[in-house]
Amino acid sequence: MTTIEPVPALTPEGTPQRQGRTFADGLRNALPKIVLAPSFAVILVFVYGFILWTVYLSFTTSRILPVYKWGGFDAYYRLWSQPNWYVAMQNLAIFGILYIGICIALGLFIAILMDQRIRAEGVLRPIFLYPMALSFVVTGTAWKWFLNPGLGLEHTMHNLGWTSFKFDWLVNPNMAIYTVVIAGVWQASGFVMAMFLAGLRGIDGEIVKAAQIDGASNIAIYRRIIIPLLRPIFLSAFIVLAHMAIKSYDLVIALTGGGPGNATELPSTFMYSYTFNRNQMNVGSASAVMMLMGITAIIVPYLYSELRERKQ
Amino acid sequence: MSAANETVSAGQARTARYFIYAALIVLALVYLLPLYVMLTTSLKSLDEIRGGDMLALPKDPSIAAWVKAWGEACIGVSCVGIKGYFWNSIKMVVPAVIISTLLGALNGYVLTKWRFPGHKIVFGMMLFACFIPFQAVLIPMARLLGLMGLSNSTTGLVMVHVIYGLGFTTLFFRNYYEAFPDELIKAAMIDGAGFFRIFWRILLPTSGPIIVVTIIYQFTNIWNDFLFGVSFSGGASSPMTVALNNLVSSSTGVKEYNVDMAAAIFAALPTLFVYIVAGRYFVRGLMAGAVKG
Repeated sequence: MTTIEPVPALTPEGTPQRQGRTFADGLRNALPKIVLAPSFAVILVFVYGFILWTVYLSFTTSRILPVYKWGGFDAYYRLWSQPNWYVAMQNLAIFGILYIGICIALGLFIAILMDQRIRAEGVLRPIFLYPMALSFVVTGTAWKWFLNPGLGLEHTMHNLGWTSFKFDWLVNPNMAIYTVVIAGVWQASGFVMAMFLAGLRGIDGEIVKAAQIDGASNIAIYRRIIIPLLRPIFLSAFIVLAHMAIKSYDLVIALTGGGPGNATELPSTFMYSYTFNRNQMNVGSASAVMMLMGITAIIVPYLYSELRERKQ
Repeated sequence: MSAANETVSAGQARTARYFIYAALIVLALVYLLPLYVMLTTSLKSLDEIRGGDMLALPKDPSIAAWVKAWGEACIGVSCVGIKGYFWNSIKMVVPAVIISTLLGALNGYVLTKWRFPGHKIVFGMMLFACFIPFQAVLIPMARLLGLMGLSNSTTGLVMVHVIYGLGFTTLFFRNYYEAFPDELIKAAMIDGAGFFRIFWRILLPTSGPIIVVTIIYQFTNIWNDFLFGVSFSGGASSPMTVALNNLVSSSTGVKEYNVDMAAAIFAALPTLFVYIVAGRYFVRGLMAGAVKG
C-alpha cells in the first residue's frame, strides 16, 4: 500500500523554523511525538528492557528470587543437561509438526469443500470457527472430560457395543501429547479454514475458467493452479500456528497439567515450573530465552518481508 | 466444480455434491460435539453421568450444577463459587480494553498522519512486541508488580494487559488509518485544525469498524488469558480462567463433572456471546492479527 507522504511544509520537521519560534509552536510541533512517546517508552521498558533483564537473569545464580551474581553459562549447561528439557523439546516438535500440519491440511480441505457454492455456508462457517473464541482453558476442560478414559469417549463406544474399544491417551504417557494435538487442532483449524477461504475467494476466476476450457479436471485445477496460488496463505498460517505452538501453555495445563508425569511437558510449562515451583529461576530464564530465540527466528524474517512488501 | 465438464456426467456431479455435503455435515458435527457434551453434561445429575452415556440427552435436565458452579463450588479452600472470579475478569477486561484501544488509536494516528524520521523502526519494534513469548518478560514483571505492591491485584493485571496489548491495537489502527486519504487531513490543517481536533473530528468518526474489531480482539484475548492471570494473581483476585482451572484440577472430594462443565460454560459465555453477535468483526481481527492488514 502506498502512502502519500504529507506535504513537507505541514509535517512537524518541515515547519518553517526561522521566524520567532515560540514555545507554543514548539509544543505544537512536538505534540504527535509526545502522544506516541508514553506507549513507545512502555514498550521499550516492559518488552525490550524486560527481555534484557530475563537474559541477564539466565546468566546469574538466581534460585527462588532474582540475584545478580554472575553465573556464566551455568544455567544453560544445566538446562541442556535436564532430561525434562529434552522431553519438552521433543514434545514441542511432535506437537508443533502435527498441530501445524493437520490444521493446515484440514483447514484447506474444509475451505475447498466450502468453496463449492455450498448452500448453508452461513451456518457452517461459524460452526468451524467458534472454538477459536474459547479460552484454551475451556477447550482443555471440555476435551479432558470428552476423552476421560472412564466416562468419556471410551465409555460411549462400549455402550454402542464396541466393547474392545480402548482410548486411554489422556492417561497414557506415550500418547498424552496427541490429545493436546487433537484439542489444539479442534480449536485452531477453523481459523485456518477461514484464512484459506478468504484466499480462495480472492483468486481470479478467469484463470480457472481458462483451465476448464482447456479440459483440465477439477483435481488438476486445484493441484496445479489454485493451491500454488494460495502460497502466501500457507506462509501466514504457518507463522500464526508456529507462534501459537511455541507459546502454548494454558491448553496443556488445563488438559493434562503437563502429565502424566512429565509426558506432556512443553518449553512453556518447563519455564513456569522451574521458575516458580522448582526454585531454579536462572534455568527458567534460560528456557525463556530459548523460547524467545525460537519465535524470533520465525517472526522477524516474516515481519521484515511483510513490512517491505507493503512499501511497494 | 462449476461448468459441467464433458468427461463428468451429471450423475457423477451429483454424487460429488452429495459427498461434499456429507463430509461438511460430519465435520460440523465433530466440531460441535465437545460443546454439545459440555452443555448436556452440565444439565445432568452426577448419578446420570456415572451410569449413563456421555452423548445421551439429559433425562431430567436441571440447572442445579449451574447454580452450584456460580455460587457454591469450592475453589481452593473457599466455597463461594465462581461468581467473584467472573467479576474479577470483568473488572480487569473493561478498563484494559478501553485504555489499550484508545492508546492504539492515537498511536496509529501519529504513525500514519504525523510521520517523523524513524517511524518505521518505532512501528516495527511495537509490532514485534505482539509476538514475543510472554515467558520472556514474566519474571521481571512479577518482580516489578511485587515492588509496586500490585501483586494479586486487578490493577496490576489491567496494567499488564494494557502494556502487552498495545502492539496489537497500534497495528490495527495503523493499518486502518494508512488507507485514510491524506488530502482530507491536509485540508483540515489548512483550515487551522490542530492535532487533536483532526483526530476527534475527522478520523475518529470514520473509525467505527476498526474500533469494533480492536475491542473484540482485545476483549477475547484478555478474557481468555491464563498465563498472566496465573502468574500475577492468586486466591480471591484470580480471573475466571485461573479459577476454572483450579476448580477442574482440584483433586479433593468427589469429582463433580457437571459443575466443572457449568463453570467452563460460564467462562466461555462472554466470548461466545461476542462471537455470535459480531462474528464478522471477530474474524477480521484474527486475520489482522496474522499481520495481513
